[in-house]
Amino acid sequence: MAPRVRLAVVLAALALACVLPFFLSGFRLFQFTQVWIYAIAILGLNMLTGFNGQISLGHGAFYAIGGYTAAILLSHFGVPYGWTIPAAALVCFVAGFLFGLPALRLEGLYLALATLSLALALPQVLKYFEHWTGGSMGLVLAKPEAPFGLPLDPDQWLYYVALAVLALLFWLAANLLGGRVGRAIVAIRDNPIAAQAMGIHTALYKSLTFGVSSAYTGVAGALSAIAIAYVSPDSFSVFLSITLLIGSVIGGLASIQGAIYGAFFIQFVPNWAQEISKAAPWAIFGVFLILFTYFMPHGIAGALRWLQARMAKARGAKPVS
Amino acid sequence: MNFRHLLALPAVALFAVAGSVSAQTVVGVTATEIKIGNTNPYSGPASAYGTIGKAIGAYFNMVNEQGGINGRKINYITYDDGYSPPKTVEMVRKLVEQDRVALVFQPLGTPPNSAIHKYMNQMKVPQLFVATGATKWNDPKNYPWTMGWQPNYQTEGRIYAAYVLKNVKDAKIGVLYQNDDYGKDYLKGFEDGLGAQASKLIVMKQSYEVTDPTVDSQIVNLKNSGANVFFNITIPKFAVQAIKKAHDIGWKPLHLLNNVSSSVGTVLKPAGVEASKGLITALYLKDYTDPQWKNDKGMLEWVAWMKKYYPEGKLEDGFNIYAYSVAQTLVHVLRQCGNDLSRENIMRQAANIKNLELPLLLPGIKINTGPNDFAPIEQSQLARFNGERWELFGEVLSAGSH
Repeated sequence: MAPRVRLAVVLAALALACVLPFFLSGFRLFQFTQVWIYAIAILGLNMLTGFNGQISLGHGAFYAIGGYTAAILLSHFGVPYGWTIPAAALVCFVAGFLFGLPALRLEGLYLALATLSLALALPQVLKYFEHWTGGSMGLVLAKPEAPFGLPLDPDQWLYYVALAVLALLFWLAANLLGGRVGRAIVAIRDNPIAAQAMGIHTALYKSLTFGVSSAYTGVAGALSAIAIAYVSPDSFSVFLSITLLIGSVIGGLASIQGAIYGAFFIQFVPNWAQEISKAAPWAIFGVFLILFTYFMPHGIAGALRWLQARMAKARGAKPVS
Repeated sequence: MNFRHLLALPAVALFAVAGSVSAQTVVGVTATEIKIGNTNPYSGPASAYGTIGKAIGAYFNMVNEQGGINGRKINYITYDDGYSPPKTVEMVRKLVEQDRVALVFQPLGTPPNSAIHKYMNQMKVPQLFVATGATKWNDPKNYPWTMGWQPNYQTEGRIYAAYVLKNVKDAKIGVLYQNDDYGKDYLKGFEDGLGAQASKLIVMKQSYEVTDPTVDSQIVNLKNSGANVFFNITIPKFAVQAIKKAHDIGWKPLHLLNNVSSSVGTVLKPAGVEASKGLITALYLKDYTDPQWKNDKGMLEWVAWMKKYYPEGKLEDGFNIYAYSVAQTLVHVLRQCGNDLSRENIMRQAANIKNLELPLLLPGIKINTGPNDFAPIEQSQLARFNGERWELFGEVLSAGSH
């Protein structure tokens, strides 16, 4: 797609997202807010797994760290919620970077297991710091109101906050991944030895990718804590990590826009599955998963690319008059 | 559409929203129907509780077949939240805002209910008879739209403490508890009940995580502490292990078992009746696996209902007795509402239950609520296991009378 066409599509999508709050009820809007939040988390995971080739089964842990960072700052220190989001990004960047250092020695499946252990351990660790985290009872937060007397209810306001953060982070990611750094990250995935020979500091780049990826997911966790107005260890079970990975794969692994498709999938498909069958919703979900992976091996983003290529080819094949 | 039209749209939409806000407070009720919402963990780590949500639906089916409540059929909408608080928020918002239910009944679990607590009270939608034993649901002043049902864990803990103080000389108490709100609530009630001597009397506290494989080492530690009283705050899986292990290593303390694991069929028998002999617990519901209720009228009716309306449910599963009884309580409240099924009146009547006896509550236990009392069941009775069944002893104890 020509850059100008691409820009137009992105702007049109953004405009559509901006007018949505005026057509949807509070509950639907809340669901879309969740989609934007998931999209941010999945984009974080995509950077690591899709672009850099490091598999993480534990991104739910960073989501939780981000959520708890925001929740603790809000409830113990009275920090305005707007500041809790960059704070969560910072905390998760450091946590991810530090976790990325030892993880350098682990490849593929071993890294997947190490990250899984993080997701398994964190809910229990949270309980040990009961004074700060509220233990298993969790922390109840206040929902933010729209500032400056804007005529928006809290749902609409949170929707725009999530959308704005999403737009900013996606723009940053597109710049980061589209440039030199992005090429280095992908080169490490494709052939680490060749990448090193080209002068890329593999260890540094891998750790940094881990850090940035965690920061993204942490921001999503912070937004989620603010939108739900409650955190507890049960909110961040291992299943969350798996869900994020599902979203990442279904959306399209090495794709920025894929994160949004993946987010739609993990938000809405389980609900549809439940509507189809109350008795076995996860069996239905499983069928959806298999169908998607079978018919769209490169995710939804990959399928769209393929479709575009077909259309371009068909157009190109037309005789020039 | 040109740009100016686009700007006008939000304004129009805002007016439309403003128009619908002034809706009356009778929501989810028509001449023929009353909509009731629910969330339960049908999937995920807590899915064993899911049978409660299904059994409640089966009970409402029976009520509907018998003509409903004042001519209105119950339309019961239940969603899976997987015991995940964010999902509970989403599903409960769907129930309230999209399905427009009259009330949300029996959402399950302390964290899921905590997540919707504020929301329900802001929206002024009844959050009735929540399925958790935490103490915080009895707070009518700050949360007038939320009410619990079962005796709370702290009350039960205090009952055991009173028993120990009265009956055991030189008590040295060992406690095993689950490291979460449920375990800590029990422990707090127990320690409060022991009063100032608590730290002296309790010689050892051991905890476990719900994800742990066994509690064997904790039991060995407790035995070695020299405790002669054992307060066992565990869910069924771990209760079986704890009872067995204590027996195997020859530890014979006065063994207090929390009500959560009092089922004869699913806990005491698997642990071994010999090992279970002498256990003491506090009961408020009858147990199907306990032979003393075999010919009890209420139990026979329940069995007949299970076979007809919920044949896939397990008779041995005490959650089905719980579900039946809590559903009966709601039906009682809705009948009492008469034709005024506004949300305000539903709460008013829920807070106006007087001496309600249910077929599967222990004889003598009555449900009472009031404008300042949002704790429906506050009574229990102590019982000792004699190797075959629970032998009730002493009086029916209530929260205030120990």
